[in-house]
Amino acid sequence: MSEFEPKIIAFVCNWCTYAGADLTGTSRIKYEPNVRIIKNTCTGRIDFMMILKAFARGADGVMVSGCHPNDCHYTSGNFHARRRWIVFKNLLEFLGFDTRRIYFSWVSAAEGAKWADVVNNFVNNIKKLGPFEDYKNLNPVRASLGVLNESARPQN
Amino acid sequence: MTERKIINKASLDELFNKLKSGGKRIIAPRDKKGKIIFEEISSLKDIASDYIQTTLSPKQTVFPRYEEILSYQFENRNIKIDKETKKPVPTVLFGVRPCDARSLSTLNAVFTWDYIDTSFTSKLENTTVISISCSKSDEYCFCTSVGGSPGDTAGSDILLTHLDNDNFLAEIITEKGKAILLSAPELFSDKDKSASGGKDAPAVEKEKYLAHVKPYFDVKELTNKLTKLFNSDIWEEQSLRCLGCGTCAFVCPACTCFDIQDETNGNYGERFMCWDSCAFALFTLHTSGHNPRETQAPRWRQRLIHKFLYQPERLSVYGCVGCGRCSRACPADMNLLEHLVEIMEAQ
Amino acid sequence: MNLQDLKTKAQKLLESNTVNVIIGYGQGSGGEVRPVFIRKPADIDKLVLNDKCVQNLAVYLTKHEIKKLGKPGIVAPLPVTRAIYQLMLEKQIADGEIVVLGIKNNGIITELTDNKSIRSFISDVPSELTSEEKARLSEIKSLSQQDKWRYWDEELSACIKCYACKSSCPLCYCSRCTIECNQPQWISVPSHLLGNMEWHIMRAMHLAGRCVNCGECARACPMGIPLNLLTQRLSEVIEKTFGTSESAEAFYPLSTFNVNDKEDFIR
Repeated sequence: MSEFEPKIIAFVCNWCTYAGADLTGTSRIKYEPNVRIIKNTCTGRIDFMMILKAFARGADGVMVSGCHPNDCHYTSGNFHARRRWIVFKNLLEFLGFDTRRIYFSWVSAAEGAKWADVVNNFVNNIKKLGPFEDYKNLNPVRASLGVLNESARPQN
Repeated sequence: MTERKIINKASLDELFNKLKSGGKRIIAPRDKKGKIIFEEISSLKDIASDYIQTTLSPKQTVFPRYEEILSYQFENRNIKIDKETKKPVPTVLFGVRPCDARSLSTLNAVFTWDYIDTSFTSKLENTTVISISCSKSDEYCFCTSVGGSPGDTAGSDILLTHLDNDNFLAEIITEKGKAILLSAPELFSDKDKSASGGKDAPAVEKEKYLAHVKPYFDVKELTNKLTKLFNSDIWEEQSLRCLGCGTCAFVCPACTCFDIQDETNGNYGERFMCWDSCAFALFTLHTSGHNPRETQAPRWRQRLIHKFLYQPERLSVYGCVGCGRCSRACPADMNLLEHLVEIMEAQ
Repeated sequence: MNLQDLKTKAQKLLESNTVNVIIGYGQGSGGEVRPVFIRKPADIDKLVLNDKCVQNLAVYLTKHEIKKLGKPGIVAPLPVTRAIYQLMLEKQIADGEIVVLGIKNNGIITELTDNKSIRSFISDVPSELTSEEKARLSEIKSLSQQDKWRYWDEELSACIKCYACKSSCPLCYCSRCTIECNQPQWISVPSHLLGNMEWHIMRAMHLAGRCVNCGECARACPMGIPLNLLTQRLSEVIEKTFGTSESAEAFYPLSTFNVNDKEDFIR
């Protein structure tokens, strides 16, 4: 039986974490390939609904990452994001949502190594937690199919 | 054709078990933290008692809150469409009120009007309705104003009326009801053995055990009145406190409005039918941006005229059975009955 | 609660044409009360005032069918006044646009005509969770993660997406709510558990820091889901982490930030 390979979605800001992840690549640092990066202009733009929708679409874990406080390209976007995440994380915890499946981080454009570390750490944790059945099974009609069925992917 | 029998509580329990072991799913009112809803039960003990009316109606059994109509999936470059509808589970709707049983004919009229909705009809065909007459009513009930009554048999396959002690009068009304009788004839008797004198079932005075719901208006006169009130300013006055939520439409046993929603996820998707309400602001929003019912007043007018004028005119059924659920559940206390009485008195 | 005083004040407002409509509570069905909209001074006896008057009437202040009636005077027990103040902060009600007949728990009725007087009226009574409310939240917080999930799964499965919660909430006044966004359909229309979960999470987040804890959502819900627990929990978190809205500079905590906001989970 093949090992479970989690699907991780990462919402990152363009100016810091995206550039940082790029640096990881150009530095030829190997890290877990499970993460799919989605570029946003700023963490302040990231709606909490995006995180929920990523899980609904089949993500087993979601990362959200941006510039360090005081380094935001738009000055205050990440401050707004920080407040939002504090509230959102508490709400999810209150609902019994497994918040170990969401990582928030500040990764700057120079922190290529940090990005690799954070991703590796996260992927290993998610591998231990297993697929996110709790959430995928919420839609009763498709519970058995699972949200991202292997055969539903284009074969090319 | 209606046959009268007597059945006592112990035999009713046995009948329940027999139906269940015969593969039928039994849906009855259950108390869920103070709200009475319809749910599958495994024993008669689970049935809610001592209530006037349930919160949600039993229409979910034949017209679910949401249902998948079809699903599609891309396989290579081909699309596979799956329209297979699950075979309906043989169901017994137990413990509904006569008003709810009546509402099934309104649902049927809508879903077999210009297109036979087989999803609906197959569910209805596989449902047996065992109703219980009302021994109590409250100020929200008005079944007698819309052609019903606390002991009405329309729409029921068997109607039970609680007599003295643990006995019920069982009126076997349809072939489906007869089939149940014939499946366990030993559980039914012809005499009410507990009453002194042992009345014969046909001689039981059913009316003695029924609630008394006074008629508030003549529904035919109401229909007539509504034809003259389309442009009245009574609608604006009446709808001032309406909040425009969907509660009344969703708890109503006779409301049939639905939406079709596609939920897609890349290479596969599902098409759902789900409940909708004409009270929602966007119910009549056109793609052009124009909304013919822009304020709550025309939406409120639509609700009443649809139920009491358009439906009787075109489908020969009324869209209301007087169960009172809408008024009980309304967060703004709209109280349909009060508004109808006001309309009757309007100049 | 002084009903006669209320009627006198309300009648005077109508007679002097200071307001065109009094939004208040009147006799309802089943021994309850319901919203009434009184335009003629002679109808003033329709008003009632008792401990059944809990529906949050502020919801009517943002409805255009009611605005059409003219300048309103509104009977406002404390939660209603708080909702009105929040609406004023969010620029939904202009200063002097309405007259508030504020009623404190001691029953005294005060006429409030501007932002400043409303603010000082409600600031005497800090809006805190009652001990029962705190206990209820603690009860849920003390459950294991799995049990919490099971609890909310069961509660939210009952949701029929009637939107009575949104319709009765005075702070859900968006003329185009997220539920109406259909490219893409961000919030599901069918009432499956996934869609219900997303809807209630979204609504709680959009109300975070703005909710005045009137409990109307839970009262309006035909299925009896304790929706107010979600925003209560968020109010708790926001107060502890960011301070009360009195001390914040903006109109609600999520509309601003503090460079020194503390958290313990960002890597």
